[in-house]
Amino acid sequence: MSFRFKAGEGGGLTLAFVGPLVVYVIAFLVLPTLMLLAEAFSGKHGLTLKYVAALGQGQTVVAFRNSLVLSALAALVGVIAGGIAAYLVLRPGMPRGVRSLVTSFSAVAANFAGVPLAFAFIATLGSLGIITVWLKSVGVDLYGMGFSLYSLPGLVLVYAYFQIPLMIIVFTPALEALRREWREAAENLGASAFDYWRHVGLPILLPSLLSAFILLFGNAFSAYATPYALTSGIVALVPVEISNVLSGNVMISQQTGAALALGMIVVMVAVMGVYALAARRIGRWGRR
Amino acid sequence: MADLISSPRRTFLKLAGAGLGAGLLPAAGRAASPALVSAAKHEGQLNTIALPPDWANYGEIIATFQKKYGITIHNAAPDDSSAQELQSIRSLKHQSRGPDVVDVGPAFALNGAQEGLFRPYKVATWDSIPASMKDPNGLWYGDYFGLVSFGINRSVSKAVPHDWADLKKPEFKGMVALNGSPLGAGAAFAAVVAAALANGGSLDNIMPGIEFFADLAKRGNFNPSAATAASLVSGQTPVVINWDYLNLAQAKKAKGMTPIDTVIPEGATPYGAFYCQAISKFAPHPKAAELWQEFIYSDEGQLLYLKGFAHPARFSAMAKAGAIPKSLMAELPPAKPYGEAVFANDAQTKKAQQLLAANWTKLVKA
Repeated sequence: MSFRFKAGEGGGLTLAFVGPLVVYVIAFLVLPTLMLLAEAFSGKHGLTLKYVAALGQGQTVVAFRNSLVLSALAALVGVIAGGIAAYLVLRPGMPRGVRSLVTSFSAVAANFAGVPLAFAFIATLGSLGIITVWLKSVGVDLYGMGFSLYSLPGLVLVYAYFQIPLMIIVFTPALEALRREWREAAENLGASAFDYWRHVGLPILLPSLLSAFILLFGNAFSAYATPYALTSGIVALVPVEISNVLSGNVMISQQTGAALALGMIVVMVAVMGVYALAARRIGRWGRR
Repeated sequence: MADLISSPRRTFLKLAGAGLGAGLLPAAGRAASPALVSAAKHEGQLNTIALPPDWANYGEIIATFQKKYGITIHNAAPDDSSAQELQSIRSLKHQSRGPDVVDVGPAFALNGAQEGLFRPYKVATWDSIPASMKDPNGLWYGDYFGLVSFGINRSVSKAVPHDWADLKKPEFKGMVALNGSPLGAGAAFAAVVAAALANGGSLDNIMPGIEFFADLAKRGNFNPSAATAASLVSGQTPVVINWDYLNLAQAKKAKGMTPIDTVIPEGATPYGAFYCQAISKFAPHPKAAELWQEFIYSDEGQLLYLKGFAHPARFSAMAKAGAIPKSLMAELPPAKPYGEAVFANDAQTKKAQQLLAANWTKLVKA
């Protein structure tokens, strides 16, 4: 993404619209990040590396690893399942109603997270949930088989509930931009469905797929209320650790919270960096 | 200040007795000084924070105060945590909507005092608050305390656990829940400490408590979803380890719908914890804040806590003086464990947190 303004052309108008955005970004993104930075490095007596160094402790490392694995898996599940769902819904043969039904549901479900979502899953798939109990009565013991809603795989399942709809919402426009003529042209030249997707469809969609993955990754990475309500802390995750030291009833250490948040920013920046590199490579293809 | 409340409650009661001359109690019955009342009424408002109406009877306490003095209470963010209360003092400094008074856990009271967030004040009944529950300079003072208890939804769980070992029985499979992570939720933290006391641990070594929950999880009895009042009543978390006053209040509320039993586990030293009141240094309504403290530490205010099943700080002094109505005593669980309870001091709490941080996720697996 890059803004390029031509001098003299609607300069005032640009300023009127972009100016507030810049102010907004400074006030709500840049300044808080700088304050976080200052906080993470400040101790009782001036500067200290203590809190940032503490990020290397076993417990924190586990939390970061869990958060990364969980977010990557939840993003992957969302991208694949949501992408296929969006594709199926957009197919020409699909009745009109289905599409509006799916988009409306997605808009709701993508925003349904936090404690209510956790509770919905506890009530259905928890160890005493309706479905769990019902399955048990017909001889399928989910928890006996090793399933647990309160584990990392369980969290991926719960996250999928808001990740897949989000993917459908953000990916539909990209799919719509795939012109039918391209497919027809490919088929006329003898391409199979696989060939078309391998050489035309997916390469065109790749940048959108990548950015969707980043969005879903960030979405899962920052989710907090849902895992908190589901795990009693037995699956260590960074956002939950932050809440423990910032807004809990047991301990208090603002600087640790700031250092953890800084760690999250570093992860997100790194992920975006990888994305930027990948996008540039892909972009070369697109520009030609 | 480091060895805050290390004393078992037996000592705590003794201290209460010692600090309590016979002549002190009449002060409790006395109304707040007219000068204070009129100054507070002149301010007309009081900002409280993080007082849930169904927690320790705060709903009635707030309503009674407002009616008695004609002062409007703005209770912000009823469900905020202790950390957020302190943060609110910091960030709303010099603003008219900043909190006047807070109700925080002892660790946060110490923290706030060290940071200079509180203004000292000693209520008229100061001497009958046990010495182990207050800052000698009056920066903060314990208001009520509770014990770790089991709340059992009897329509889901036919069996009732009477001690910690009972929780491991197969009939409680998937049922036993905490109110969140012991690293974030106060009652969950207390549950681990209490389990340690019951399994050969001590306030200085809570490892056996963590191992107890690890074993509970291994047996499939631990339900890691964060219990709420709703999940207890609806039966998703039929056995909830929580403060006695919350389980008892929940039982009262659900009466006629869902039978809920409250059990103080037998065969182990009961573990308790208290909350602390403090006046913000930046209180926009300082006189109303003082009047609030006078009110909740008066016999009337303390009995309101007890009505909500939270044992008030002046409980033993008041019991001694016969200031607690028999009808109210009859509604409470047997008094014995309340006389035996122990509290952790600040150093023990910190040690326990470190052990938890290092071992909770490592050992407890669902």
